Amino acid sequence: MKPDMRGETVLEVRDLHTHFFLRRGVVKAVDGVSFSLRRGEVLGLVGESGCGKSLTALSLMRLLPKGGAQTIKGEVLLNGENILERTPAEMREIRGRRISMVLQDPQTSLNPVFSIGDQLREAIERRKRAPNTEIMKEAVEALRRVDIAAPEQRIGQYPHQLSGGMKQRVVGAIAISGEPGVLIADEPTTALDVTIQLQYLKLLKRLQAETGMAILFITHDFGVVGRMCDRVAVMYAGRIVECGPVRQIFEAPQHPYTRALIASVPKMTGPIGRLTTIEGQPPSLMDLPVGCRFASRCPLVEQRCLDAYPAEVRVGDAHTADCWKVTPA
Amino acid sequence: MSEGQPLLRVEGVRKHFAFTKGVLFAKTLGHVKAVDDVSFDIRAGETLGLVGESGCGKTTTSRMILNLEEPTEGRILLEGEPIHALKGEALKAYRAKVQAVFQDPWSSLNPRMKVGRTIAESLIVNAWGDKARIDERVRELLVQVGLRPEQAQQYPHEFSGGQRQRVALAAALASQPKLIVLDEPVSALDVSIRAQMMNLLKDIQAQDDVAYLLVAHDLATVRHMADHTVVMYLGKIVEKAPTASLFDDVRHPYTKALFSAVLVAWPGRGEEEVELKGEVPSPLNPPSGCRFHTRCPYVMPHCSQEEPALREVSPGHFVACYLFE
Repeated sequence: MKPDMRGETVLEVRDLHTHFFLRRGVVKAVDGVSFSLRRGEVLGLVGESGCGKSLTALSLMRLLPKGGAQTIKGEVLLNGENILERTPAEMREIRGRRISMVLQDPQTSLNPVFSIGDQLREAIERRKRAPNTEIMKEAVEALRRVDIAAPEQRIGQYPHQLSGGMKQRVVGAIAISGEPGVLIADEPTTALDVTIQLQYLKLLKRLQAETGMAILFITHDFGVVGRMCDRVAVMYAGRIVECGPVRQIFEAPQHPYTRALIASVPKMTGPIGRLTTIEGQPPSLMDLPVGCRFASRCPLVEQRCLDAYPAEVRVGDAHTADCWKVTPA
Repeated sequence: MSEGQPLLRVEGVRKHFAFTKGVLFAKTLGHVKAVDDVSFDIRAGETLGLVGESGCGKTTTSRMILNLEEPTEGRILLEGEPIHALKGEALKAYRAKVQAVFQDPWSSLNPRMKVGRTIAESLIVNAWGDKARIDERVRELLVQVGLRPEQAQQYPHEFSGGQRQRVALAAALASQPKLIVLDEPVSALDVSIRAQMMNLLKDIQAQDDVAYLLVAHDLATVRHMADHTVVMYLGKIVEKAPTASLFDDVRHPYTKALFSAVLVAWPGRGEEEVELKGEVPSPLNPPSGCRFHTRCPYVMPHCSQEEPALREVSPGHFVACYLFE
């Protein structure tokens, strides 16, 4: 989609903080995340395990895991309305209709003892009352929309009778049945084979073109980012350290972490030598440094990096990086 | 690459699993042809990549090489010796020579055993030496995989995922194997850790001259690691070639589809894209003729009638497809 075809901002996240309050201390898993998402846009959220990308998604859905997780600061503006202030009952109306989510493992997203039809019916009945035959007709339509062959037969089947790729399509059909403006996809293709993954990504793109929904695509796979996203946000230790258009991030990454991360991905072309690695470990989220969080592993580190967290620097068109060493555009 | 006898030879191997109904008077309903007439060689000190999607038979093939599964037909030879005839001491010696590292380092280490003990296990079983010598060897192995010798006293939960995979590798290296089966060794690891592990595997190969069978679905990983690559689909080899030759000149339509599923991932690469329709058919009732014909964009009438044989299209590069006859 061309930039001028994109519409208004549908989701804006400002300074989001979600921490785990444990007896051992406070785990600052999401610690000051801000980004925005426009209609018809796909924003990739990438980072390694434990960087806080999935918890960011759950914070947006207000579905935090039990056991001390709490969003303590920030705003999540869905069409200008801060959903962090909504009551649980109001949230139930918002989820599925205005913001929806697809998770990594379709096996656990579907209930094994209900048929596909029943699970779609549940989603459809949440937003409208109609006779059973009409709802089932709509369920068949929903399956057809996600390219499931012979939906009339599939509707009576159970999750175990479907392949992984098909299950993920059913999950997708349920997620978009309420025509949400924002879809959060948390590693939806990680469990799928590569050829099936390509089919699924193409399906998502097509559905997006039809509905104009905005997608927040969480992944650790740069290949998927290149295929799917318009913009990418790179997360490290609870914060977004760089954000910009896909092409710029791939061709001219600015933040040393993004650079190292991209360099360490084995490529399909070019020379085969030793892969670049990032030495060391990310800092403990319980004991974050005052300065830049990547400082302990950064090849360019200097004193000011340790003293204070760098401000966001505009390094190009719609491209920002949190680093003392980058040159402002 | 030296000529002569390969380290491991897989010769026309088939593995069919019976699909039965009932318990006492079980009726055989059919056979799942998990691996069907597969042949390849692995040379000493070399890496062979085995690529394909779920259900292609790559895991069954590696289980047969590990002597955990017996082939229905065909044979596997290590240094010229058929491995499925081995018994007793000879089998024990085989297990020392062929080791494995699996995908999930969580489940391959005993959570109640100090990692030093896990690593020492194969040394103890093979009565390699007294306790002091074994301890010394364990410390050596830990250093070799980039860990600290005192970490022998720690339990698996004290390690990160990447470190656990290093422990699993140290345990595999303990008996000084000639071949290590690496089943998706890096796919559970984060990008930056993955690169460390791949570098380590290459370093160890250069030092110890150990051969790897790398079972993987990620083509870029295979490209960086493997000398030769075998591509499987529904129990059959569809293409095998030196890795460089395969990546320069992909021939089989299925391999092309696999490649385009990843290649286009990097923006700006407007290559010919082969998208496959549908899913992998059931191996219980595989399509007649070429097993790929139901999804192949270049399908021709006789593809469904007769199975294409592997044919050499350029030196060392074999393809099973009628497009190249």
